[in-house]
Amino acid sequence: MRSATRDWFNRRGWRDVIIASPYLWLVAFFLVPFIIVIVMSFAKTATQSPPFAFLPDWPFIRFETYQRLFTSSLYIRAGAISVYNAAVATVLCLLIGYPMALAITRAGKSLQRLLLMLVILPFWTSFLLRVYAWIGLMGKNSWFNKALTSAYNVFVPTSWELPGIQMMNTNFAVVLVMVYSYLPFMVLPLYANLEKLDTTLNEAAMDLGSRRWEVFRDITLPLSIPGIIAGGLLVFIPAMGELIIPSLVGNAGDPMIGRVIQQEFGQNRDWPMASAVAVALLLMLVVPLMLYNHFEAKAQKGAA
Amino acid sequence: MTASNPATPQPDFIRIEGVTKSFGTFKAVNNVSLNISKGELFALLGGSGCGKTTLLRMLAGFEAPTEGRIFIDGQDMAGVPAYDRPVNMMFQSYALFPHMTVAKNVGYGLKHENMTQGQRDDRVKEMLGLVQMAHLAYRRPHQLSGGQRQRVALARSLAKLPKLLLLDEPLGALDKKLREHTQFEFANIQYKLGITFVVVTHDQEEAMTLASRIAVMDQGVIRQIGSPSDIYEHPNSRFVADFIGSINMVDGEVARVEANGVEVLCPTLGEPVFVAPANSHRQGDKVSLAFRPEKVAISRRKPAAAINVLKGKVLDFGYFGKDSLFRIKLATGRVLSVNAVNTARMSAEQAVATWEEDVYLSIAPEAAMLFGADS
Repeated sequence: MRSATRDWFNRRGWRDVIIASPYLWLVAFFLVPFIIVIVMSFAKTATQSPPFAFLPDWPFIRFETYQRLFTSSLYIRAGAISVYNAAVATVLCLLIGYPMALAITRAGKSLQRLLLMLVILPFWTSFLLRVYAWIGLMGKNSWFNKALTSAYNVFVPTSWELPGIQMMNTNFAVVLVMVYSYLPFMVLPLYANLEKLDTTLNEAAMDLGSRRWEVFRDITLPLSIPGIIAGGLLVFIPAMGELIIPSLVGNAGDPMIGRVIQQEFGQNRDWPMASAVAVALLLMLVVPLMLYNHFEAKAQKGAA
Repeated sequence: MTASNPATPQPDFIRIEGVTKSFGTFKAVNNVSLNISKGELFALLGGSGCGKTTLLRMLAGFEAPTEGRIFIDGQDMAGVPAYDRPVNMMFQSYALFPHMTVAKNVGYGLKHENMTQGQRDDRVKEMLGLVQMAHLAYRRPHQLSGGQRQRVALARSLAKLPKLLLLDEPLGALDKKLREHTQFEFANIQYKLGITFVVVTHDQEEAMTLASRIAVMDQGVIRQIGSPSDIYEHPNSRFVADFIGSINMVDGEVARVEANGVEVLCPTLGEPVFVAPANSHRQGDKVSLAFRPEKVAISRRKPAAAINVLKGKVLDFGYFGKDSLFRIKLATGRVLSVNAVNTARMSAEQAVATWEEDVYLSIAPEAAMLFGADS
């Protein structure tokens, strides 16, 4: 009996343990808390600790948080601003990151290592510190702001000239710092994808009469779509829920979802509402992803 | 087996003039000159690093010669980029575009041709028909077998009807049966379309069966150019003789020169060997005596011929069905390779000889070759 147990363990036990442990972790520290959040979103606020309750009034489950979500302009606006900022940041990261990643793959082997190091180098400094550095840079007395202002003044009529551009506490600042912060998350998956591409495909396309940009359009770009999607998700998802950047450099009048959640949980002590906003944020991220996976699987099947 | 287009012989259709390609101080291709005629199936044969692929890439336009010039149909290719050359290439890895169907792959190069969509579709159909792949036109490359991919790659490289088609190890990834089938197909297609083929290969069998002419390359230079039989039967150097096929190579010295041949004394053979014809060898020349395993007769009984008979013992043999390869140890200790065709339906031991058995080898004077010691 004992040896049978041991046999089972030798045969598949270790494998199962290794596979299961991260999932158990996720269940304990993601799934269970998230279920709590979902449940909480159907409660009402109460002056107790924790500040929510289902009892004693009928019905015990309420949908008023979700009603407010779809009727109050605060939440709709926060959602729209989040989508807008995250989308702009993702597109800008792609436009900056794609040429970077492509250039790294085309560099020599030792230079490649150095360039990749440089891409992840910012992670060696605290994220918060880097955001504070941007606050300094965007202030009206910084060299950065002055340089941008004088460049701006060159191109506009005299009546539009500015003494200094208002960058702090604007949406522009949020997008700028998000692009800066998330650029490595775009570059690294793109690099991993582009680096795998067989360069003889480029030669084959050129051999068949395509110029460089046509080779890029017909071969490199379509084959790098998985990398673009991976990088895009890695930027878009955290950008949607970003809290620190809009709190530090953004405009309090244009809050992103992360800030709304924090406010509801903190100042307002409205935990059910905060939970409902969190659920809405998750759905906004997961539903498009599921749709994409669904159509991707369908397209794969269609090709087969 | 070999096909050369009878129409308009144009011996200098492709002219490679004194081409050198250096990478740093290393000369991958060293002052190569070569003419290939129109409609020819030409092979560049050599081991890895001999420069054959570099030469091919210079024809395709992926590398520029450091020195020398390349002309295709009278046009100087200097400065002409790969996409403007009347040259297409079938890559060793096939390099099919994984995100396109078979038909899209084949039609890719036609986008740049001045054709209507209908003409393009017709050409794709025609090319897929040529390689018998029309029924799989809407598959993706990853859904094809190795042989099917190779056909698609061939169809794609032929679709633009290039003046010159380059093939990089075209049969390398195929199994033996498929190779035999495909090499005849290549020759057929080449004959049908009249396109000049240049094949690069390290495989002498592939070169011999495909090509009408072969250039044997070594260390960036061409060692010999000739028909397959020229290169096999009349190699111009020890290197070529050794590289093509298998051969017994024995060092010796010319002992006697006669009108119709020379007698060579090789210490490791024990007996003198008479080689015809005499060529320009003189008494006392240090030479290498070479003879191919299949050109030696092996028998249990002492043959009637009075000359060039060696006695030995069967050290080992390998049975290959249609023939057997024997390793015969002479009294001097020297081991020679000998091929014998299994004409009788008996086991190889019964038909020819078996282990430890005494046998006689005889070499016809015309079958042996002599090379100067320095060649």
